Amino acid sequence: MFGKMVTGATILATALTLQTGSVSAEETLFVPSLSYRTGPFAANGIPIANGFADYFTMLNERDGGIGGVKVTVEECETGYNAQKGVECYEATKGKGALVYNPYSTGITLQLIPKAPVDKIPVLSMGYGLSAAAIGEKFPWTFNYPATYWDQMSSIIKYIDGKEGGIKGKKIGFIYLDVGYGKEPIPLLDQLAEEMGFTVVKFPVGVKEMQNQSSHWLNVRKERPDWMIMWGWGAMNATAIKEAAKTRYPMDRFIGNWWSGANVDLEPAGEAGKGYIAANMAAAGTDMPAIQDILKYVVDAGKSKVAERSDVGKVLYNRGVLNAVVVAEAIRTAQEMTGKKMITGEDMRLGLENLDFSAERMAELGLPGFTAPIKASCENHGSGGSIFLHQWNGSGWETITDLIPPMTEKVRAMLEEAADKYVADKPDWQTQDCG
Amino acid sequence: MIYREAGQFKTSYRQDSAIFPILQDRIAIIFYLFVAFIVIPLFGSDFFLNSMMIPFLIFALAAIGLNVLTGYTGQISLGTGAFMGVGAYSCYKLTTFFPETNIVLLILLSGFFAAGIGMIFGLPSLRIKGFYLVVTTLAAQFFLEWAFIRVGWLYNYNDSGAIEVPQREAFGLIVTGPAATPSVRYLMVLSIVVLVTWVVSNLIHGRIGRSWMMIRDMDIAAELIGVRPLHAKLSAFAVSSYVAGVAGAMMVFFWLGAAEVESFDVNHSFLILFMVIIGGLGSLVGSFLGAAFIWMLPIVIRAVPRVLGLDINAATVEHLNFMILGALIIFFLIIEPHGLARLWSVVKQKLRVWPFPY
Repeated sequence: MFGKMVTGATILATALTLQTGSVSAEETLFVPSLSYRTGPFAANGIPIANGFADYFTMLNERDGGIGGVKVTVEECETGYNAQKGVECYEATKGKGALVYNPYSTGITLQLIPKAPVDKIPVLSMGYGLSAAAIGEKFPWTFNYPATYWDQMSSIIKYIDGKEGGIKGKKIGFIYLDVGYGKEPIPLLDQLAEEMGFTVVKFPVGVKEMQNQSSHWLNVRKERPDWMIMWGWGAMNATAIKEAAKTRYPMDRFIGNWWSGANVDLEPAGEAGKGYIAANMAAAGTDMPAIQDILKYVVDAGKSKVAERSDVGKVLYNRGVLNAVVVAEAIRTAQEMTGKKMITGEDMRLGLENLDFSAERMAELGLPGFTAPIKASCENHGSGGSIFLHQWNGSGWETITDLIPPMTEKVRAMLEEAADKYVADKPDWQTQDCG
Repeated sequence: MIYREAGQFKTSYRQDSAIFPILQDRIAIIFYLFVAFIVIPLFGSDFFLNSMMIPFLIFALAAIGLNVLTGYTGQISLGTGAFMGVGAYSCYKLTTFFPETNIVLLILLSGFFAAGIGMIFGLPSLRIKGFYLVVTTLAAQFFLEWAFIRVGWLYNYNDSGAIEVPQREAFGLIVTGPAATPSVRYLMVLSIVVLVTWVVSNLIHGRIGRSWMMIRDMDIAAELIGVRPLHAKLSAFAVSSYVAGVAGAMMVFFWLGAAEVESFDVNHSFLILFMVIIGGLGSLVGSFLGAAFIWMLPIVIRAVPRVLGLDINAATVEHLNFMILGALIIFFLIIEPHGLARLWSVVKQKLRVWPFPY
């Protein structure tokens, strides 16, 4: 019985192995996409996965791939679940995967220790473990444009500027009570101590995501001067609706860049007017590259978007940004190694030497898309600037210039955290940046 | 034909009450162990070992744990996920305090912490039964989940709130952490699963197991003939939680490598309860069959379009998966309400008299 199932499974596994062999024989660059089009976070996962896939389809259609080699994007459904994410990783890593974009801090944490062993870098673009920005300690992990800690410091800086001094103010922090939401707390606590403001925390469990009345009752009791949110999925829309219900001033409610998508604000509509969120990739379809996506992919029926108007929304464009960064890193790796078909190790070099400047953005048809990203051996992610945008009842309007983080403070803390992470791992692979 | 027992005479009570009275079954068991210990590690791919066999064995062990409680003692529990968590977190703390100690020993030790917690939450079972007990075990689930998030000491005040498995060596091999090869981890998991299954099997077939089953079948009658419900029920909770705890520790140390509280949420309790129900209540084989059905089948379904070379959306496959699995669960429970294990024994009975059924 048990044995027969085992034998059956063995036969299947052999079939799988044979299959993986034949796929990698084709000459394409293989980029797995860990997506989530099902589950409680699907509303956010779908536009990201669409933007990511569509940009590569556009490159394939318009330019014939990168450096003359086409890119294969294979989606694997994780449902934002860490176990399924690892399963996806195991299923795709053998096909010559160049880089993993897990889109979940939980999955990222699982993949970070695997990356140096399998020699496939992890790019957690603006999420994941903040300490991974320290390139000496995490050679295989990248999280530019900015870590959660950078982002938090930029938001505090904005509040500081608005208030003319944050000292003595009360900041409420409402967050999804998982690794992702807890990530910026050490920095927030530290800054509170240094800058003299108080922090009140409102953790929202995954189960309570859509029922936050008790949390907002507490917010009302505490009366914080500003609210900062680290939410995701259904939590965002609920929080904004509850904030409107408790008459919390919307223009004093700031979300991070995972709490400021169109899907989050559309349910609230007019009531959410004034809500502010961070962002890293400009929304809209005016940029030539996005126009190319519409022309070569969406209008040609090669996209998975439900409607043409989905293109250019906040999370869609973030998926595009992720794809652009991966594509640029592939290009850099190709130039550095002189090879067309690169490996995970070459990809790591490409990611580490990425120089995504404002000129390069304009060249690619994405002028002013994001803050320039320049990685180095020491710096795998920290220091990128963010900008804030505000909901006007039906769309987003950018309200600030790029706000750089408090790099001096954040970097020191990141180094400390990286040391702590590495401390109990005797064989951890680090690199010497000379 | 296949199960021809002609010529197999039992000449002692010992032989008559053996777990595998038929020679063919004994040969089959040896064959399965041979396949599991030798063939699979030699020929299995990384994906097969990492994503199919290791989780399958771990969930099978957790299902055995729940089966002791629900299948053999008749106490329904929805706290398995949390008890697995207790095992995982205590193993993490133990290896933090004693980094030099053999990790396999620590995993086996961490089960005792789970057993202790399980016994505390098992106390209400002396007064309440059935659905009311489900509620108290659910309370255990929620309370422990809360503790895993709120008690920073449990995860060494890690910023991310996750426990990350350090690299540990045992028997001269790297057995945990990313540097450990899948075959080594698989063999570790397999050895522990076989060992624990063997111990549980002996418990079930002995005096303690019989007292559990008496409580399950009729607690008043059991009490009248001298079974103490306090001992029987609490020992069932202890053994069940011990096994679940070991499974949880293995889940983090040999499979996931890092875990947040969501790895031990109530969905896992349900998942394991489904494994037990579909596999068959009160059957060790059923625990393995149920785990295979619930864990391996979706992976196989997911792989089918890839193997056939069909280009179907990952999300569509996932939706199909839910539908097929749901339909199969209903199908199997209609043709055999007592689970896959019963189905298997019916087939076996038929094979014994085939081709001349009477």
